Amino acid sequence: MPYIQNTDADRSAMLAAIGVRTLDDLFEQIPEELRLKRPLDLPAGLSELELKELLSERASWNSRGEQGSFLGGGVYRHFTPAVVDALQGRQEFVTAYTPYQPEASQGTLTAFFEFQTMIAELTGMEVANASMYDGASAAVEAVFLAAAVRRGRRKVVVSAALHPHSLRTLRTSLAWTELELVSAPLDESGRTRFDDCVDADTCAVLVQNPNFLGVIEDLDQVAACATEVQALPIASVYPTSLGLLRPPGDAGFAVVVGDGQGLGLPQALGGPSFGIFAVRQEFVRRMPGRIVGETVDRAGRRGFVLTFQTREQHIRREKATSNICTNNALAALRGAIYLAAAGPQGLAEVAHHCHAKATYAAQAIAALPGFSLPHGTDAFFNEFLVRCPVPAAQVNRALDKCGLIGGLEVAQVCTTPDALGLDEHHLLLACTETTSRMSIDRLLATLAELAPRTGAAGSDDASRPTTHQEA
Amino acid sequence: MNPDLLLFEKSSPGRRTLRLGALDVPQPDLTRLPAGALRLAPPALPEIGELDLVRHYTRLSKKNMSIVDSFYPLGSCTMKYNPVLHEEAAALPGFTDIHPWQDAGRLQGALAILRDLERDFAEISGLPCVSLHPAAGAQGELASLLVARAYFAERGEGERTTVLIPDSAHGTNPASAAVAGMRAVTVVSAADGGVDLDDLKTKVGADTAVFMITNPSTLGLFEERIAEIADIIHDAGGLIYMDGANLNAIMGITRPGDFGADMMHINVHKTFATPHGGGGPGAGPICVTEALGPYLPLPRIVEDENRLRLSEEAPDSIGMLRGWAGNFSVLLRAWCYLRRLGPEGIRRVSENAVLNANYLRARLRERWHVPFDRLCMHEFVANTRFQREAGVHAIDVAKRLIDLGHHPPTIYFPLVVPEALMMEPTETETRETLDSFVEDMLRIADECDQTPELVKQAPTTTPVSRLDEGRAVKQPVLRFRAE
Repeated sequence: MPYIQNTDADRSAMLAAIGVRTLDDLFEQIPEELRLKRPLDLPAGLSELELKELLSERASWNSRGEQGSFLGGGVYRHFTPAVVDALQGRQEFVTAYTPYQPEASQGTLTAFFEFQTMIAELTGMEVANASMYDGASAAVEAVFLAAAVRRGRRKVVVSAALHPHSLRTLRTSLAWTELELVSAPLDESGRTRFDDCVDADTCAVLVQNPNFLGVIEDLDQVAACATEVQALPIASVYPTSLGLLRPPGDAGFAVVVGDGQGLGLPQALGGPSFGIFAVRQEFVRRMPGRIVGETVDRAGRRGFVLTFQTREQHIRREKATSNICTNNALAALRGAIYLAAAGPQGLAEVAHHCHAKATYAAQAIAALPGFSLPHGTDAFFNEFLVRCPVPAAQVNRALDKCGLIGGLEVAQVCTTPDALGLDEHHLLLACTETTSRMSIDRLLATLAELAPRTGAAGSDDASRPTTHQEA
Repeated sequence: MNPDLLLFEKSSPGRRTLRLGALDVPQPDLTRLPAGALRLAPPALPEIGELDLVRHYTRLSKKNMSIVDSFYPLGSCTMKYNPVLHEEAAALPGFTDIHPWQDAGRLQGALAILRDLERDFAEISGLPCVSLHPAAGAQGELASLLVARAYFAERGEGERTTVLIPDSAHGTNPASAAVAGMRAVTVVSAADGGVDLDDLKTKVGADTAVFMITNPSTLGLFEERIAEIADIIHDAGGLIYMDGANLNAIMGITRPGDFGADMMHINVHKTFATPHGGGGPGAGPICVTEALGPYLPLPRIVEDENRLRLSEEAPDSIGMLRGWAGNFSVLLRAWCYLRRLGPEGIRRVSENAVLNANYLRARLRERWHVPFDRLCMHEFVANTRFQREAGVHAIDVAKRLIDLGHHPPTIYFPLVVPEALMMEPTETETRETLDSFVEDMLRIADECDQTPELVKQAPTTTPVSRLDEGRAVKQPVLRFRAE
């Protein structure tokens, strides 16, 4: 049998040592009438060679958009240096358990102490934990933290332009609590207006930056709006953007969460990624999840341990700050190695490239007849909303024919498209440092062919993209 | 350079590993961004060149004990071999470079794998409706409890909010109940290690929503009265939740759906050989009865006209607990494992896991006290009762084992056994490995009699000796700060 090393001779000797005759005898505790009297109905086992062939076949049914992709909405195609794969893939990291035995786990523990430091630096916060499941679940934990700190207050005010999965996750998680979810609307510029929604009953104000429609929010105003009523301002960030954009910590946020996928993780159908969770010092003991701290051994040497464990479920049970046990450690390790490989200059470079490519694409699209950018060409990081003269699905079909994965048909995935002013003509396009100018030019050519043919804006002219605003 | 320095201490301005090529589009005018949008100072990330980055993490990796270098008999954690093939599979570009919102027609390979897994888990659990959405076991527990709440609300039984939990349960059970806004009530264990039925009967009632049971229990014992327990709960109108942490013991032998469970989670990072990764990521699929199926989380894998897609619409669903469909590349590894083993192999896993655990128990029981000393399932609990006079505690034994090259068993859990040493060898270990562990455990037993100080001083072979955990709480240092 694959992966089982005992031989028949081993089994006989071991059964004898135990004092039973057969393997069946070992299961005498299981009442006869509860036993399964037939083999499991599963496909027959395969050899490694056969399985590899099946894997190749299944992988080939998936398409990667060989000519480029403009699909984002929370999951992005970023470049990952080869060292990240090689180092995170070391089996000493991959096959270790949670570092409950610190002397035998200094590798993992040191890496997480460094991870916490890097996340704190990136977000502008004082401390971070050793990861959550993902961005959406981290946002829920942040709201629970705020509700605990501001006990008695019932309102949780969230931007209408939160990622729809964060919104859905919040709805599910708050459904049976006393907390009430209030959606703050967007203004014409695409930024969230919290002022009319927050009051003395508000415990948390949650904003995503850039928001789901790509727009950069006014973090100072959001933080001021929350702190004025003593609510906790919480930001959900796209970590790559922090190579260029202002960290929420600098604007006075109490908690910063986010999804770590952009930090060296593949898209992989959306998981696993890891959740970022960073707070101001005063909330450390309210944090969910595992935290690594520095200490010394009996000889006074520096070492690292899991700490503040009395917050956690295995000690505190129903009084724990969260039910989280397994986190997304290995994915977070990958994020740490990526950030260490990038350094401040590399991360800034990646962020600049993302922004530059998106700006190039956005300005050219804005100049195409029939296409418009509801939030303009200067308010986003790497993702922007386009209103198309034809349904977005039609645009995506045309792009698919060129080997390109198009943008997000955003009205389809939002839970309240009308409230956000979205319809079937809206397309959300994302660029990253991996988006080549050639694929952007191909996108522009395809869009131009879909543009209404009036006067000078004929298909021949429009298929040659303009390169204006050379800086 | 001191190899024990942190990345931040090795950092030197101007170094880096990641460099992009020249920008192939115009530089945008950053002054056009909204006021206050830009970062003013760069984050103080470490600045490290590629070779030193490689050395740093390579050296760190060598400070870990892992399955690839050591026996790892952590009870309830199922630290079995993680096949190398799975890593190769998960790295195939056709599985890494796919976006969850791209056209479903271009995701048929990935969706077919998830659909296969739903069927496999339904068959193994005996519970027909499956969601692969939860990120880990604890999230699976929470999802299931929310499913139960939605089910009771629809039946007009919203007053059912009590969750009964045995005292031997994992801490996540009561914690998940609390997060679901439910009341956790403890049921005590009987003298034989099973659920105390008299205590259960006094606590079950019209407010009972769910009884959460781990079967086999954390003591490694199959609950022989499970059918009776299921009747008590079902007669009172409640549901049975099975914590699947110990599924590795019973696959192909008995099925939770057949012994009365209405819902369960599966820890694929235990039972289905996906890596623990130093704490995660895992995956915590849940399996439920037909009656509870409509309430499962989103998204769902649906099939129309031979084409699979992910649907975010289902009127009765509890919704989402995280983004996306689940931890796909973890689930993909579990699929590989199931395809390799097939039905016979899966049953063999459980048989050999139980064989290995009983062999270990039989060989240790003379020198190490086993409080429930009878045939066990895939794990058993010993303790340091015979070593009490020497003043040796479970933690000392654990640290001494590290010196002798074995990862320790789980210690101080379950809480119902004082000084517990909970051992789960798993099916992938050889008799020789078990024998070598036994010899070292017997050696430690001798040391406890003759040189207990040696045991109390351990470990001495690790990069650091025993660490001061109290100091880490009293003088918290949770991040590096430059002097």
